[in-house]
Amino acid sequence: MSRHWLGESGARQARGDGFVPRGVRGDGSPREMERGVPGSRPSGPALLRTCGLVKTYRTDGVTVPAVRGVDIELGVGEFVAIMGPSGSGKSTLLHVLAGLEPATSGEIWLRGQRVDGLSTAGWAVLRRRHIGFVFQFFNLLSNMTVADNVELPALLAGTTARQARKRREELLAELGLADKANAAPARLSGGEQQRVALARALANEPSLLLADEPTGNLDSSNTRDVLRLLRRAHAGGQAILMVTHDARVASLADRVINLFDGMVADDAKIVPIPRSVNGVADVLELRG
Amino acid sequence: MRQPLLALLAKEPAHGYELKLALEQTFGQAYPSPNIGQVYVTLKRLEQDGLVRSQDVEQTTRPNKRVYELTPAGREALSAWVDEPSDGPRIRDEFFIKLILAPMAGLADRMALMNKQRRHYLGLMRRLTELLTDTDPADTPARLLIEGAVLHLQADLDWLERCQEEFV
Repeated sequence: MSRHWLGESGARQARGDGFVPRGVRGDGSPREMERGVPGSRPSGPALLRTCGLVKTYRTDGVTVPAVRGVDIELGVGEFVAIMGPSGSGKSTLLHVLAGLEPATSGEIWLRGQRVDGLSTAGWAVLRRRHIGFVFQFFNLLSNMTVADNVELPALLAGTTARQARKRREELLAELGLADKANAAPARLSGGEQQRVALARALANEPSLLLADEPTGNLDSSNTRDVLRLLRRAHAGGQAILMVTHDARVASLADRVINLFDGMVADDAKIVPIPRSVNGVADVLELRG
Repeated sequence: MRQPLLALLAKEPAHGYELKLALEQTFGQAYPSPNIGQVYVTLKRLEQDGLVRSQDVEQTTRPNKRVYELTPAGREALSAWVDEPSDGPRIRDEFFIKLILAPMAGLADRMALMNKQRRHYLGLMRRLTELLTDTDPADTPARLLIEGAVLHLQADLDWLERCQEEFV
């Protein structure tokens, strides 16, 4: 396994908050200026931080709170899993953090910048530069080839066609999909489509990878492949925030946040049971 | 170890050391490497119970070896064991007893108990996923044993969510 994409991404992130990303400046509207003045509060080492984050849906005059005051933090290069029963607000939280849905109140800070007040366009630019998103159902563009799906984010971000192509070739090779470059997404298996979605999410070397049940629709061998890739990306310094039901996936994280009823019920590092010398037999006891 | 030894002897008569090797070869890493003394003690007990019988076989260059074979009673006991369904590992759950009783006695808060248990399960899960990565893919019994444990743990975590929904 070469180190280009993962290595680069790690090096870039090690640069920390010193470099001001393009695109987080928003539209400069008075509201945005008021809500999100960079540096107006100490940023600390966190890559992502939320403060009292609330998301409420209003349907037919009825107010449904989905996220009810969430404070979380994600360090540079950290891998955090979000677990919790269905309806606990996990996906909503992730969508709000990606700017796919606006927060009702509270603050979101990314790379030391307050971003919750960004306009739709401001969020789009921020996502292109700094946030990769993987959906449960892949969401690939069906009328484009695999190669075009992966190149598109880089092209949108202003990368030259040559660079976008080079990066796409690297990514697809890393993910074992080089021979599928010209295929239509629909011709691929679920596991392959999810790997393409992962390549697309990583195309612009995002500071943060958000993943919503990335293995929720995969069988166990495809889950293993996607896990291997996430683990490798994490080892290369990629920060990941992932919603999952799958404890195998969650167990790879540095930390697991348990969401319950729209609030953080638990937030703890995973402490692996210590390794023993005799392997399987020491951990598992056969009866009989 | 009684039933595995009976099962191996159902295939063919063998002496103690052969049985130890056969256990290791059959289960790979999945079975705790059997202590030879334990194998002999178990064989002796099986013999006292009339489930196996043994005879000394003379060897020219080495001391005699004792070869064991299954008796009809042993074969019957083995069939009964194979036929009877086995309890899952979580039929009796100690954590559940704690979860119900501890808050009643004012010893602990249920949410705290569930969080602690979840952390423990996740730590175990991490260990199992590492173990699976380190296991030779050709060692099918070991791989299946780990995968089974992973599925059980996943069920335990799902069930913890159910408890959370009901109790909080």
